[in-house]
This record gives sequence, structure tokens and C-alpha cells, in this order.
Amino acid sequence: MKQQKILKKKDFQSLLNLLAAEGYAVIGPQISDGAIVYQSLDHTSQLPIGFTDRQSPGSYTLEKSANEDAYFAWANGPQALKPLLFQSEELLWTASKDEANSIRFEQCLPVVKPIAVLGVRACDLAALELQDKHFLQKEFVDPYYQKRRESLLLIAVNCSHPSANCFCVSTGDGPSAQKHYDIVLTELDDVFLIASGSGKGEKICGLLSLTEATENNRQSAVEQEEAAIKVQTKRLPDIDVPVMLKNKTNHSRWDLIAEKCLACGNCTSVCPTCFCHTKKELHALDGKNSQHYRVWDSCFSLEHGYIHGGAVRSETSQQYRQWLTHKFSAWVEQYGRSGCVGCGRCISWCPVGIDVIEELSALSDEA
Amino acid sequence: MSENPYLPFEATVVERIQETQSIFTLRLKFCDEDVCEYPFKPGQFNMLYLFGVGEVAISIVSDPEDNACCDHTIRAVGRVTHAMSELKAGDKIGVRGPFGRGWPLNEAEGKDIVLITGGLGCAPVSSVIQYVIRRRERFNHLVIMQGVKHREDLIWQDQYDQWGKSADTQILLAASEDKSTNWPWFSGHVISLMDKVEFDPNNAIAMMCGPEAMMHAAIKPLTERGLPEEDIWLSMERNMQCAVGHCGHCQYGAKFICKDGPVFPYPEIKDYFGVRGY
Repeated sequence: MKQQKILKKKDFQSLLNLLAAEGYAVIGPQISDGAIVYQSLDHTSQLPIGFTDRQSPGSYTLEKSANEDAYFAWANGPQALKPLLFQSEELLWTASKDEANSIRFEQCLPVVKPIAVLGVRACDLAALELQDKHFLQKEFVDPYYQKRRESLLLIAVNCSHPSANCFCVSTGDGPSAQKHYDIVLTELDDVFLIASGSGKGEKICGLLSLTEATENNRQSAVEQEEAAIKVQTKRLPDIDVPVMLKNKTNHSRWDLIAEKCLACGNCTSVCPTCFCHTKKELHALDGKNSQHYRVWDSCFSLEHGYIHGGAVRSETSQQYRQWLTHKFSAWVEQYGRSGCVGCGRCISWCPVGIDVIEELSALSDEA
Repeated sequence: MSENPYLPFEATVVERIQETQSIFTLRLKFCDEDVCEYPFKPGQFNMLYLFGVGEVAISIVSDPEDNACCDHTIRAVGRVTHAMSELKAGDKIGVRGPFGRGWPLNEAEGKDIVLITGGLGCAPVSSVIQYVIRRRERFNHLVIMQGVKHREDLIWQDQYDQWGKSADTQILLAASEDKSTNWPWFSGHVISLMDKVEFDPNNAIAMMCGPEAMMHAAIKPLTERGLPEEDIWLSMERNMQCAVGHCGHCQYGAKFICKDGPVFPYPEIKDYFGVRGY
């Protein structure tokens, strides 16, 4: 990490102004429909100042924070980076027919302008690395994801308020940003500690009016991080989870989960690493044009495993098993680490409050 | 292939061959003359796109040295393949590929080859048969086993007769639900014929494609006769939409069938093979 400096809170707006002047469209956290989501941001006053979140299995609510001047005294809402890169719907190409019935294919790469995302958390940076590995793998690069990815400037904020559903300490991904950011902020009482993590970030930092950090500032940041680690009581079972799951294809717990699970797919939508998608063909009525889209899919849909003759996974127990064993076990073989970054979203946004940590613990028991 | 792995190329249907009532073969030729070379391996597949309807994964059945055309044998069974069965010679279609790992034909040189297929599983394997027969001197004893339900399901009947005349080739056909008296082959399950198969377990390779239950049943008699598990290769089938390991549908444990397979040595998929729901 580069040398930490100080950005005074009264100068916070100058960061947004600078980003705009440098040609970035800024996206940042804001309250919308009762949740903190990432939207177009012009002014720091639009940030969720003085708000915090309360999360538990199946529940997410916002409330006033004890610190009424804090910008970032909350844990992640339902989504952050994933929808910016791997969009829920993306036009891939069009096909058109001429009089001679020849088909012309045209790729529809997105026209992107630079985007600066303010407020990215450590869990989402870890998830970004996993999505990069998936979509930018060496044999087949997804040009749509790649174009969007190249347009991003990431301004991380170290997490000071993990929710009761967070377990990023246990997955090794948080609460502080470790890599993949361009700039990282630590919010203290009156100031932000600021440091760059890339050449792009260094350029921005160099244009800001910053002062030297004091020993007191650094000490406060360390204490804040220690507190954010300590507050996380949720953690993965203290065993080799990938190996454990490999031996539990026939555990009775799968049927018990299926009695609760609605197979709604909320968990896969909010998961920052889930990558499944299906395709959609929109055929114009004139019969001359057709649009080929990709849209998010979920392993909880019946169609997900459909091959002639039926669905490979017709039971909810099989669908849940697919999700959990892929995320925590198969992912390790595919990409060298677990597909879970401990953000806790799948727990908060599950309508019936299924808790992956509770399920992994139950599966660790014999039976 | 284009730098965009999702973008199809235009191809012409040169010929359409009706194999059985529901099975047909499309012989395709790329429209862009720059695509004159299309290197592929038997066992690999293409994504075929029917205008306005969608894409479907189909294995390539022609010989890799036939540069002129690329053949695909298809059963009209789903939304896209039903619509595709309406195609005629001269129609245009989209093609991208070839994708996946094909059959281990280099490893098979100098060995006995046991091919076990069921239903339309014979389509991906027919490319192996053609390949071996055209290069007969490179391989040892060849066994071709094919199981169908009814004899009218047996496609390429003439070819089986032809293949049977090739040197050192054993053909074993079975129809499991056919009670008619003029069926010259075995009436019953193809796996029941396993003890008739001639091969040297110390120098053989088995390749199979077809219903998973059939492949599952074939593994035991092969290994009991001493064939090592790593010499048993299977072509797997799952929902394939992107063909490049991105869309997630074809995952089988940690494997992406589309890019890690569709052809696998048995030990690679053993953990999940036969477990329902994977």
C-alpha cells in the first residue's frame, strides 16, 4: 500500500468533483427502497449519512446510526460490483437476414465510459477477483465483461461496521481492502485516511489536497479494524469444508433444507460471485432480425439442468446441494479458492432465512 | 474462431439426410471462404444456431480430414432441434466451434478399441469408427457395440454391415425392446454382450457414449476383465449454452462438460457418476 495521507471530510466533495472532471461517471452508495444500493452520485450529501443497517437471517433494515456524521457506518446492501460488470441482461449479438436469406451476425459490444465506484468493500473486491478469473480465463475471454471491467476505477472503503451476517474474516477477505482497488479510504471521525493502490489511483490522489497522517490517525484506523474483526462472530466450520462436502452427497440435511428453501434464487442473485446465465432470443416480428441476449440464471431454476427428457436437478434438495457444493467445494478445484467471500448477502436476502454457515455446520456432523 | 467466443459464423446446409423418423444429419459448409480450414477432433462439438430460435450443442460426426464439409447428426427432441429438422439444403445457419476435448485417438493407436454406444450415442462415436477404419493399420482389434430400443432406431445399418467387413473388426448390435423375429442381432441389452467382446485388457481403450445408466453398467464388466479405469473414456452430456465454460449449466462437480469434456477418462468424473442430481 502506498503512503497513507489525510483527506479532510470537509474536502470530501472535492474527490467527487475531481473524478467528474477526470471524465468518470461516479457511482456510490445511496438509500433506495429501504436498502443501500449503488447509484449515480454527484454529491456527498447523497451518501447514507448517519445510517446503519441491521441484518439477521432473512432480514435487512436501515436505522439511524449512533454516529450521525458517518458516511460509511454500514455493511453491504444487496448488490455492489457484480451488476456493473456481469449485467443481469446483456445483448451479445444480432442476426439479420437479407433477401437472399443470408444471415449476418453482428457483435454488440457495450459502449462504456469510465466509471468510478465509491464505497467498494473488501468482500466485493475479493468477489471481483473471482469473477475476473471466471470471465477472463485464458482460453475464453468474455469481451463484454472485459470492456466493462477496463472502464472501472475502484475506490474502496474499509469496512468498520460488519453486520451480524458477515464472515469475511473467516474467509480471509476482509474487513479491510487488501488488493484490486485504485484508492482506499478509511473513514475516521473527521478525516479519511487515503492511499492509492494503482497508477490510476495515484494520479487522482496526486490531484487532491491532502495532508500528512498523524500517528493518532493511524492508531484509530488500527483500532477500528480490530473492532470490525472482533464483532464478527459468524465463521466457517473449523474443518476442511471442501473435502467435507465432497463426502456429503447423500446427507439427510439436504432434505431438511429443501423443506424450508423456496428455490427462489435470491441467494444466487445477490451472491457477488455467482456467474450462471442463460440466453434469450428476441425475434422481431418482421422475421428479418433477431437479438441474442444473455440473462442471469440460477441453479435453483428447473431449466438450469435441463437436457432432453427432463431436468437433471428436479428436487430442491438437489438444487440447494448444487449451489452449496459448487460455492464451497467445486469452486476450489475450478479457481483455486472457495467461491464464498463472506459477505453474508445470501443469508440476509433469503426470504426464509436459511443460513449457509448453519447448514455447513450441520453438514459437518455425521449422518 | 472469432475473438468473441459467442459470435457464430454463417454456414450453408449443403445436404440434409433423414436417418430415421426423428434423426437427421446436416452437412454444413462455411459461407466465408476464409474459413477453409476447420481443424477439429472427433468427439468435439459445435454450437449450431437456428435463426430466430436459438443455439444447440451438436457433436461433429464427419472426418477431420474432410475439409469440405462438417456433418452433424441431430435428433429432433427439443424446441431448437425440432425447428432445425425443418431445414433444407441451401438454408443458412450459424455455427461456432469446435469446442471441448475430443476422443483420445492418439492414445488409442496400437491398441484394441472397444466402442460402446447406446441410442444416438453412436453419432459422436461414429466419427471414431470412420476415423479408425480409414486409418485401420494404426489400430489393433476394433469392437463396435451399439444398443438401441427398437431396430428402426438403428441408424447407419448399411454402414454397420460395411464396417463389419473391415479387417479384424467385431460388431455387436442389440435391440433391448425388439421382439420381432427378423432382427438378426441380439435381443436384449447391449451390456449383456460384454462377455463376447474380444480385447486385450493390457493394451486396450474403451470409448463410450449413450445413456448414463448404460455407460455405468458397462464399466464393471470392463474393469473386471482387467481394463484400467483410466483407459475407459466417456462422452458426457449436460445442458450446454455457452460452450466456453461461462454459463455454468453443464457443471458436473468441478468439471465444465463443455470445455473440460465432453469426453472424459472415467477417473475424472467417477465421484459423481451415477449420483442423481449432478
